[in-house]
Amino acid sequence: MSELSVKHLLGIKYLNKNDINLIFETADHFKEVINRSIKKVPSLRDVTIANVFFENSTRTKLSFELAEKRLSADVINFSASQSSVKKGETLIDTVNNILSMKVDMVVMRHPNPGAGVFLSKHVNASIINAGDGAHEHPTQALLDSYSIREKLGEVAGKNVVIVGDILHSRVALSNILALKLQGANVKVCGPKTLIPKHIESLGVTVETDLRKALNWCDVANMLRVQNERMDISYFPTTREYTQQFGVNKTLLESLDKEIVIMHPGPINRGVEITSDVADSNQSIILDQVENGVAVRMAVIYLLASKIK
Amino acid sequence: MSKKVLLSSKEIQIILHRLACQLLENHSDFKDTVLIGLQPRGTFLAKRLTDLLTQEYGVKEINLGSLDITFYRDDFRRGDKTLEASKTHIDFLVEDKKVVFIDDVLYTGRSIRSALTAVQSFGRPAEIELLTLIDRRFSRHLPIQPNYRGRQVDAINGEKVQVLWDENEGQDIVYLINE
Repeated sequence: MSELSVKHLLGIKYLNKNDINLIFETADHFKEVINRSIKKVPSLRDVTIANVFFENSTRTKLSFELAEKRLSADVINFSASQSSVKKGETLIDTVNNILSMKVDMVVMRHPNPGAGVFLSKHVNASIINAGDGAHEHPTQALLDSYSIREKLGEVAGKNVVIVGDILHSRVALSNILALKLQGANVKVCGPKTLIPKHIESLGVTVETDLRKALNWCDVANMLRVQNERMDISYFPTTREYTQQFGVNKTLLESLDKEIVIMHPGPINRGVEITSDVADSNQSIILDQVENGVAVRMAVIYLLASKIK
Repeated sequence: MSKKVLLSSKEIQIILHRLACQLLENHSDFKDTVLIGLQPRGTFLAKRLTDLLTQEYGVKEINLGSLDITFYRDDFRRGDKTLEASKTHIDFLVEDKKVVFIDDVLYTGRSIRSALTAVQSFGRPAEIELLTLIDRRFSRHLPIQPNYRGRQVDAINGEKVQVLWDENEGQDIVYLINE
């Protein structure tokens, strides 16, 4: 059980339960490392990693960069907005050009689903998917599960509801796959227009009444409404969305039990979640960010050890 | 495969007492000294010596930690297997302390080199010493020697020294294994 079954991290879909356990156990060690006064280990000093971002990102990019630097890897950053992609270069050409500068690993975010898989078939480097369109965002799902495991002891058997824009969310799909793999019960909750058809085939149940969903769950993962991916109107007004699917303090306090609140960020305060909830003791939003670095260090470390 | 007993349980007992006394001679009350067992196998020896010093030799308190060197090793990506980490547990600073590294077998010296780098994450020690139960002579890759040694062994390449502990494997014994 001491190595990953995959060469790339393209999605949770390609992982098995042992892989997830190994990543979490390794992340435990790195969490101890990043809480030392000197937060750096020399493991990856002969590895070069390119962060290739064709889509905007703050948290994920910073988190990956920090994880790479804390492992002593050499890091180069690339964002599409300032590059030759604008001049018409193809994805494979862009990445192969980067790789000819002797890069061992590519962390890529791309607006098109499957971009990571496509790239892994055409270039000779280890690929980590940092989000591909509305498809998968595996490291986010791993850090979410890791945070649940840290807060509640284990993921298996826990009830998790994912609330919001399920249709446009790569976080939702990766989370569903990861949680199901670990034996959690998953519900999705949101306006019918933002829940994909046939989502039940992933083994989840659908609920449109937020109060019912929250009363059922141990953990609520609140997602942002992804306005930038919407070409038509999926609900009448933001105000109406908030009234039906936003979590506020009054709602939380009226529940039968205390639940854990998560959010992958960026938060639209006052839309899917109010400020007093986001900043409350029930929220583990900032723990998620801290764990993100440890989990990404684990993923990079385990994949890098397979580069020959 | 042949297996020879290098040290019996009784011999290990005697050696542990001697090593404890030698530590006592150099560190008296252990006020400025910390013992660090190297993961995964040095921690058993470190715990034994700590118990011996506090229970039989009247030392009041000893700072004991365990250090994992996996992320500091120099053979990352050189073997076939992913290097698996163990837990580091050091809840004190080593700044200006006398550190004693404790490991079961000293062979090439590469683990100790890694440990020397790893311990820097916890401060700048005043000095670092090395204690090992078994010192395999003539097999060093680096200029590293122990300050305290249990037994010196001339083992050739292909031979392996295996240290077993009562609390982990059910008996205290050291084997020389010829594969």
